[in-house]
Amino acid sequence: MQKVSVALLINGDRTQLEIAPWTTLLDALRDRLHLTGTKKGCDHGQCGACTVLLNGRPINACLTLAVMHDGAEITTVEGLARDGVLHPVQQAFIDHDAFQCGYCTSGQICSAVALLREGRARTRDEIRETMSGNICRCGAYPNIVTAIEEAMKAT
Amino acid sequence: MTNYIGTATSRVDGRDKVTGVARYAAEFGAPDLVHASIVTSPIAKGHIKRIDRARAMDVEGVIAVLTHQDRPAMADSDKAYKDDVAPEEGSPFRPLYDDRIQFSGQPVALVLAEDSETASYAASLIDITYDEEPHVTDFARARDKAVALDAPAKPRGDAASAFATSDVRHHADYFVPIEHHNPMELFASTAIWNDGKLTVYDKTQGVQNVHGYLCRVFECDPDDIRVVSPFVGGAFGSGLRPAYQAALAVLAARAVHRSVRLVLTRQQMYALGYRPAMIQRIQLGATADGALNAIAHDAVTSTSRYEDFHRNETTWSSLLYKSETASYQHKLAHLDLATSCDMRAPSAATGVYALEAAMDELAVALGMDPVELRLTCYSDRDQRTGLPFSSKNLRECYRRGAEAFGWDRRSGAPRSMREGRELIGWGMATGVWEALQMPITVRIALTSNGHAEVSCATADIGTGTYTIMTQVAADVLGLPIEAISIKLGDSTLPQSPVEGGSWMAASVSNGIVTTGKAIRDDLLKLAQHIPGSPFKGLSNDEVMLVDGAITSRANRRDAIAIADVVRAASIDRIERKEQTTFAKDKAHAHNTHSAIFAEVRVDEDIGVIRVARIVSAVAAGRILNPKTARSQIMGGMVWGIGMALHEETLIDHRLGRIMNANIAEYHVPVNADVHDIDVIFVDEQDDFVNPMGIKGLGEIGIVGVAAAIANAVYHATGVRVRDLPITLDKLTRTA
Repeated sequence: MQKVSVALLINGDRTQLEIAPWTTLLDALRDRLHLTGTKKGCDHGQCGACTVLLNGRPINACLTLAVMHDGAEITTVEGLARDGVLHPVQQAFIDHDAFQCGYCTSGQICSAVALLREGRARTRDEIRETMSGNICRCGAYPNIVTAIEEAMKAT
Repeated sequence: MTNYIGTATSRVDGRDKVTGVARYAAEFGAPDLVHASIVTSPIAKGHIKRIDRARAMDVEGVIAVLTHQDRPAMADSDKAYKDDVAPEEGSPFRPLYDDRIQFSGQPVALVLAEDSETASYAASLIDITYDEEPHVTDFARARDKAVALDAPAKPRGDAASAFATSDVRHHADYFVPIEHHNPMELFASTAIWNDGKLTVYDKTQGVQNVHGYLCRVFECDPDDIRVVSPFVGGAFGSGLRPAYQAALAVLAARAVHRSVRLVLTRQQMYALGYRPAMIQRIQLGATADGALNAIAHDAVTSTSRYEDFHRNETTWSSLLYKSETASYQHKLAHLDLATSCDMRAPSAATGVYALEAAMDELAVALGMDPVELRLTCYSDRDQRTGLPFSSKNLRECYRRGAEAFGWDRRSGAPRSMREGRELIGWGMATGVWEALQMPITVRIALTSNGHAEVSCATADIGTGTYTIMTQVAADVLGLPIEAISIKLGDSTLPQSPVEGGSWMAASVSNGIVTTGKAIRDDLLKLAQHIPGSPFKGLSNDEVMLVDGAITSRANRRDAIAIADVVRAASIDRIERKEQTTFAKDKAHAHNTHSAIFAEVRVDEDIGVIRVARIVSAVAAGRILNPKTARSQIMGGMVWGIGMALHEETLIDHRLGRIMNANIAEYHVPVNADVHDIDVIFVDEQDDFVNPMGIKGLGEIGIVGVAAAIANAVYHATGVRVRDLPITLDKLTRTA
């Protein structure tokens, strides 16, 4: 099997991978790099649990191949806290109980971080709309919206 | 007392979950890990004729292909496969056991490879031919052949005659389709091989249930297998019974003597279990002033051809409202599908939906306010047994819920409220669930540094078990929550039932109190040996643990730090493991209740329905943690929105196969579907249900919500849709 070499800058660490060309970015993160904070909920781009930041933009890691991103900068949920201090979105998720089982949480948080950066959502309705690519089966949505509102104020 | 109980407390596992540190079943590994991929049957019924694995075996990196023809040994008795919560009747499914196909999506081969991509690619190359037999997956077709079950409750009087002579009558059929749990985490098991012994990281609501099952199926000693599940990415009932991938991961590890990880695809998860499809006929007869005098509730629910899964949908009608006569029937329809199973508030989410939609229709027929009708039929006793409730503050739920919602501003007639092009509808319903508790064993180890480790083989499936266990232990031991650590989700820990039925909070909290008292008693004995001890002659109940010290109740200044007591005894820890059982309170019925008020807004032109707000007022005994409790109820309410408007598993009956086995075409509520949610807990002290007065919250949140929304849709549009989900085509169809 032909393996391909890919260089990625993940959470600030330069990483070199030798992988089969059809390896998704999600499987590269979870299976090869053991960065299991990024979750697999459907593998079809339907649930948003695998959302990571690719050069600052949110992307479904299950819908893209790792080889397509040679040289890219990737931030996963493991890379959001700085020196043990949680990102304001992470802290707001804890404070407002914006998760239950925790499985969609990494994706929700990565989407929310990107949302804050983009500055497109201002109202609760806009947050609801823009966060609808991230499914939470526990039904924590109202708390997710409140947490994002809160983080918005803090940043 | 430090009083963490009853205080809003952030999840103790919160930091692990927001930083990606919390590890789920597929996230444990081992060097030399083998990746497994499943091949499933495309036919619903028949036999495997031939399996051609040559092309798969030729793929570089493939280690083995396992089928029923060449798997390691498995037990051959039904008893081995019957887990703790298996239906009583029938023969449980045995994965890769023989050539028989019982449902579409059944695993028929397992490919083992050095990486997951190779395993799934090779799985696509396996060529299987089948002898197909006719199947029936259509509930409408199987209904006529449904088998009658024993009457779920004793009838009262002659309901048929009473109904026939009632002033006002309502009868209708209500349909609920198959629904799937769809927890966000894919079902997965990672079996770590260690010289013939296995540690199985599994997605489950009951590690000891899975452990017992695996030991019986593979005929091995309890010490040979350990099942571990520290975090569960949602389950909602789908993880109560052992999922087949756990058995297959163990099977594979035993075949190749290596560690194996098996992750199901979202599509494959649709063959694990589901809320059964059902049709319920409700007949309600009442006097002109709204007193019920006849209730008849007949249910037909679905199961597989090989196991009789059913719960009692009609139970709820039989206990909730005052009525002199009542009758119940339950029939079971057998389909060529996997066995149905428990899904959040099994039987109540569905049974109460039908009852409460019917009550709304009766209120319309009577020209009565829906809340007024419920109050007219209000019962302070369980109508089945005549027993009073251990506590029932449902009246207060109606009052507080209606007040918060603004129910008194409702205009009664359908289509009478609107804003621009939007029709506004207000509907309400009652919710009810059981308050249960199960025997449980808790171990507490208190160390000389003032730290306590509390362990029990329970689960935290997102319910907040880690957090409430921490709160209760902190209060019982008089320690700050930072001094408590919780171990759960490991089959080697003290005995626990599966986490389900809303019984875990009551069970494990009372369990911690029992063991905590034993620790206190031990501390007192030790403290009495300290020279000059102020505790000499005091009995166990005359001291308490508070602020890190054993303290005299009579004289709070008589106190010795717990750490000092342990050190003075020259030991490094006190450890106690106690079982808690619950005396049967035969004098009362034990239930939680709720009143739900919903506002929908319906686009008049295209029929799009939006649930603008829901208020749920809940009476559920003592609330341990208002923060996580609110989330539990809110989650149930979101499930109710899904049940009312979105969720339906669709089957192509020609193929006997689920068509929307993915999370895009099986619609679950997304963020934009959920607007204002208001949760109210009404005070409800309960001195009988269990010593701590805890009644549980996992189920009650969903019960009644679908009915409240369906009733609101009627109020908005004047269209009564009795088959869920209420999609816009149904509104326009019947308009």
